[in-house]
Amino acid sequence: MLKELFILSVSAIFIENFVLVKFLGICPFLGVSKKTETAVGMGMAVTFVMGLASVMTWLLNTYVLLPFGLEYLQTIGFILVIAALVQLVEMFLQKMLPSLYNALGIYLPLITTNCAVLGVALLNIQKEYNLLMSLVYGVTAALGFMLALVLFAGVREHLEDADIPEFLQGMPIALITAGLIAMAFLGFSGLKI
Amino acid sequence: MTILTAVLAMGGLGLLLGLALALASKYLSVGQDANIPLVTEALPGANCGACGYAGCAALAGAIVEGSAVTGACPVGGTSTAERVAEIMGVPAQPVAENVAVVMCRGTLDASKKKYIYEGLSDCEVVAGLSGGDKVCRFGCLGLGNCVRVCRFGALTVTDGVAAVDPDKCTACGICLAACPKSLIRMVPKANVYSVRCASHDKGADMKDICLVGCIACRICEKACEYGAIAVSSNIAVIDYAKCTNCGACAEKCPKKIIYCKTQGKGV
Repeated sequence: MLKELFILSVSAIFIENFVLVKFLGICPFLGVSKKTETAVGMGMAVTFVMGLASVMTWLLNTYVLLPFGLEYLQTIGFILVIAALVQLVEMFLQKMLPSLYNALGIYLPLITTNCAVLGVALLNIQKEYNLLMSLVYGVTAALGFMLALVLFAGVREHLEDADIPEFLQGMPIALITAGLIAMAFLGFSGLKI
Repeated sequence: MTILTAVLAMGGLGLLLGLALALASKYLSVGQDANIPLVTEALPGANCGACGYAGCAALAGAIVEGSAVTGACPVGGTSTAERVAEIMGVPAQPVAENVAVVMCRGTLDASKKKYIYEGLSDCEVVAGLSGGDKVCRFGCLGLGNCVRVCRFGALTVTDGVAAVDPDKCTACGICLAACPKSLIRMVPKANVYSVRCASHDKGADMKDICLVGCIACRICEKACEYGAIAVSSNIAVIDYAKCTNCGACAEKCPKKIIYCKTQGKGV
């Protein structure tokens, strides 16, 4: 079991990296990657929400959708649960853990309907993971997201000082960089575990 | 039948989550004073941090909470303090308005250089090279670190010396920390005279170093009827609490380094 979870984690973080291989969650990947600091903040928030969302959507699917034969409502049902969950978590944090709220606060609403969060929920069902595996897959996929985000933010910080031709400045060079990092991550697909 | 189950399941789920959120918003709501957004609105909104808080919203929170006074914003001055006091329903307190002053007038012609500096246009860098390119260890380096940090465009460098435009200066104090020579000081806005030299070198040495350096001759001390100016550590210092803006010291100063703010902008 432990071995299985380890393989799942490594494949979620490196081999099937959400951003760079599966191309999920591209919006925050480009939007919140100007500074390493904010990238880490966003990564933490995503990890938190994706772990929670994996569990909640798995429960919804197993105990509500499957018994009634409503699997075709997965997408809408999951969006509903995730959106409500993020709102709830935000309120809970603001009341109970203000310091964590201040650290994650601005990023939480941003990921309400992030496709990476919905993606992990749907993949859990598709791959027929159990509850524990869903949780682990959700958290490690988010860690992979964070890794990609922080790596990218680090490169972008250095790009600020680089002498870049005018027509490539800003978004163009960022997209080229993202492509190069994605190609580098393709190397992990040869990994045998 | 299938449609009915689907509608019921999704509707029920939505209703349940909606109820949960409604309950949560009731029991988990954080009581925020209604005055906080109003006070935030009344503050200048520059988020400069001169008050010592993380930004205007943080100061507004502190004012409403009572841990900061209504006149805590040095940038907004009296008008802001009055508006904040009005929102808070307390009598307005007078605000001692300050203005930044560069304590050096050693322009390129007045102050000698000991070497020619060519390199990064940054005061910190040249200050690290044997204390700067000026013979005077205390003088303005003129590379404009203060100009770059000023958010209000109040600082300029002309003839190799920085100067503050008192009309634009909001006394936020950010430039004070940016000067490696600590030449920028806050003085009360009400006092128009200030000694524009910060050199602690002896008067006899100063004569060879800079044309507009304080030579500690003590003529100003004798000229002042109110005992508001005194020479200590080879430099004349005005006691702004005693100064009456009479201008006797400025008139008598042989080096003409006691300047009046209202005469000519930017000195």
